[in-house]
Amino acid sequence: MNKSYKTKRAIGNAIAYIVLILISIIWLFPFVGLVLQSFRSYATEYGGMVDYLVPKQFSLDNYTFLFSGETNYIRWYANTLVIAFFVTVFQTIIILCVSYALSRMRFAGRELLMRFWLILGLFPGFLTMICLYFLLKQFGLTQAGAIPGLILVSVASSGMGYYVCKGYFDTIPKALDEAARIDGATRARIFFTMIIPMSKPIIIYTALVAFMAPWCDYVFASYVAFGHDQSYNVAVAMTRWVWTNDYQGYFTRFCAGGVLIAIPVTLLFMFLQKYYVEGVTGGAVKG
Amino acid sequence: MAGSTGKKKKNNIGTFLNAVKISFKDIGVTFVEGDFKTRLSYLIFGFGPILRGQILIGAVLLLLEVLFFWYMAGFGWQYLSKISTLGTVATQKVGRKTVYGDNSFLILLFGVLSAFAVIAFITVWYLNIRENRKEELLLKSGKRLPSNKESFLSLFDKNFDKTLLFLPVTGIFVFTVLPIVFMICVAFTNYDANHQAPSNLFTWVGIENFKNLVSFGTEGFGPTFLQVLAWTLVWAFFATFIDYFLGLGVAILINKKGIRFKKLWRTILVMTIAVPQFVSLLYIMKMFANDGLINGYLIKWGIIKNAIPFWTDPTLAKITIIVVNIWIGIPYLMLIATGLLMNIPEDLYESARIDGANGWQMFKSITLPYMLFVTGPFILTQFTGNLNNFNVIYLLTQGKPQSMSLAGNAGNTDLLVTWLYKMTVNDTNYKMAAVIGIMVFIVTAIFALGVYGLLPSVKDEEGFQ
Repeated sequence: MNKSYKTKRAIGNAIAYIVLILISIIWLFPFVGLVLQSFRSYATEYGGMVDYLVPKQFSLDNYTFLFSGETNYIRWYANTLVIAFFVTVFQTIIILCVSYALSRMRFAGRELLMRFWLILGLFPGFLTMICLYFLLKQFGLTQAGAIPGLILVSVASSGMGYYVCKGYFDTIPKALDEAARIDGATRARIFFTMIIPMSKPIIIYTALVAFMAPWCDYVFASYVAFGHDQSYNVAVAMTRWVWTNDYQGYFTRFCAGGVLIAIPVTLLFMFLQKYYVEGVTGGAVKG
Repeated sequence: MAGSTGKKKKNNIGTFLNAVKISFKDIGVTFVEGDFKTRLSYLIFGFGPILRGQILIGAVLLLLEVLFFWYMAGFGWQYLSKISTLGTVATQKVGRKTVYGDNSFLILLFGVLSAFAVIAFITVWYLNIRENRKEELLLKSGKRLPSNKESFLSLFDKNFDKTLLFLPVTGIFVFTVLPIVFMICVAFTNYDANHQAPSNLFTWVGIENFKNLVSFGTEGFGPTFLQVLAWTLVWAFFATFIDYFLGLGVAILINKKGIRFKKLWRTILVMTIAVPQFVSLLYIMKMFANDGLINGYLIKWGIIKNAIPFWTDPTLAKITIIVVNIWIGIPYLMLIATGLLMNIPEDLYESARIDGANGWQMFKSITLPYMLFVTGPFILTQFTGNLNNFNVIYLLTQGKPQSMSLAGNAGNTDLLVTWLYKMTVNDTNYKMAAVIGIMVFIVTAIFALGVYGLLPSVKDEEGFQ
């Protein structure tokens, strides 16, 4: 009896391992392919689509191309970094402020504001694209000024993404606030010297999510920066390499550029993974 | 359930009407009982507070009034006054020179802004009256008014919420509320490629565009709308539930007793979340292309003769999208499920095992009900998120393959949102884009608000404890 249970369990585990290995292969395949093809020689082989995975000759052709000055790759990269940096800083500050106000303070119109924002969030974002474009244009924040424009738009509406952070604040006992208030601390003091130091995980989560988003921002960025190569972010610039037929030979260059983007972002993410998981799980349960 | 929410709504409206009634009464009582400072404040904002020594509050109120009139006189009125027609003077060419007439776009945009300014002005007026009333009552009861320093410092204590929320609320108003109201208005105009500001005027057309959306004639959008809507719902359903159950399965697999390297398996899956989607999805798109790796190898190995049209066959494209989305979706679900699975008390399984339950029975009667209960709201968020999942569709197919039988340049895999995007960017058919946007809102709202109240974990918060 005991023995058969053991063999049964061993078989079960073996199957589980096989499935997990299969899953790993499927999940890693695109990344392996991306890296391998980024090393395919542009000069001796072809830069477009081929029917084999491993390049016949490894070379750094595609990487040197990116930094050769033939394209604005460095500029695009810097643009995206700048956007990501400012969006991260301001968005985190705004979300913390909104979450604190909504979690800790009771004021007239609080419920109304939350319900109103919830309903606003149900409108599709692209609906307002043209309107935002013209608004930004009034201030000269399109084309050449697209970078500050994109930062402004991302930061301006970030207050509505307070759910996860407020959920975290709600779990900090209110008794702490009350004790501090009896000792004469103001609301602002409680916020800066008590709540914020206690919220490291959620601050990191908020900042991480804010930082990741600009790397994928294609839709609005392409609309605002339209036709002005210098203001593209990496997503807008490199998507052209894949979609436009004139750029057939650019496929391996896209892979090389993609690898250079993926590495730092992925490392950062892996490094802070713990906080991300906490945030996502907490947010999911509260809905 | 529906009855009780209906009742609640009526109550809400009731309290709102009551509040309005009290406000009007307030305004009257304040005027009748007020001294000359208060009465003059009805015209000159902040007059009373300034005379009573509340210079800070009074000055802010007065400044807001001045700002409003300055804005209206110098800028707002010229747009607000034309909002009923959206401009009548067309742009003309006189000889070689272009003489610009009215710009319907700006009239509508700044007209809406000015309308909001009027509402804000009335609100400030009311607050100004309330402030006067409050001060008078305080003085009458023999109390001291707060000093200027005190009212300033209250912004960091009692009124800290106003300090914190001022910027976020302003930002959301200018960059979200204003554009949404503007676009809702556009849905009732004929703003499209033939009526582009500033060279052409556009104007109000009533519900013409909505009629067009549900008209089934040769020119109508009706059939296309139904098809795109149906695919949007089908897609959201499959994308949500396939990912949910597979993700749960993978999480259970990794959590299984005796499986080693748990961290490694999780890390491999989490890579998908970490790598920016435009890199990974565009690569996968190329992988499945007719001249891509998968077809290349299958042909080379002699398994197929001709490339499988993953992206060019309408049905196959839909299936491929859903399959690729599994690749995107499982890691998220795995992360969430892993955390939650650990919360299930171990003794539940223990006693089930003693009763002789096998793995499947335990999953069916313990794990699954628990997970469904706890993650109900999350599934709903996922579902509404998928209804609007622009990235996956657009990066993989851009809504293609195109179809001649569909109106408005819609493709076979277009969701409502990608269709909306195309109409804005490619066709500049703003009026229909606005109508579709409103439809997306309605569909999302039905699921997000309507279904939310029916979820067991919302109805009965204590249910599973």
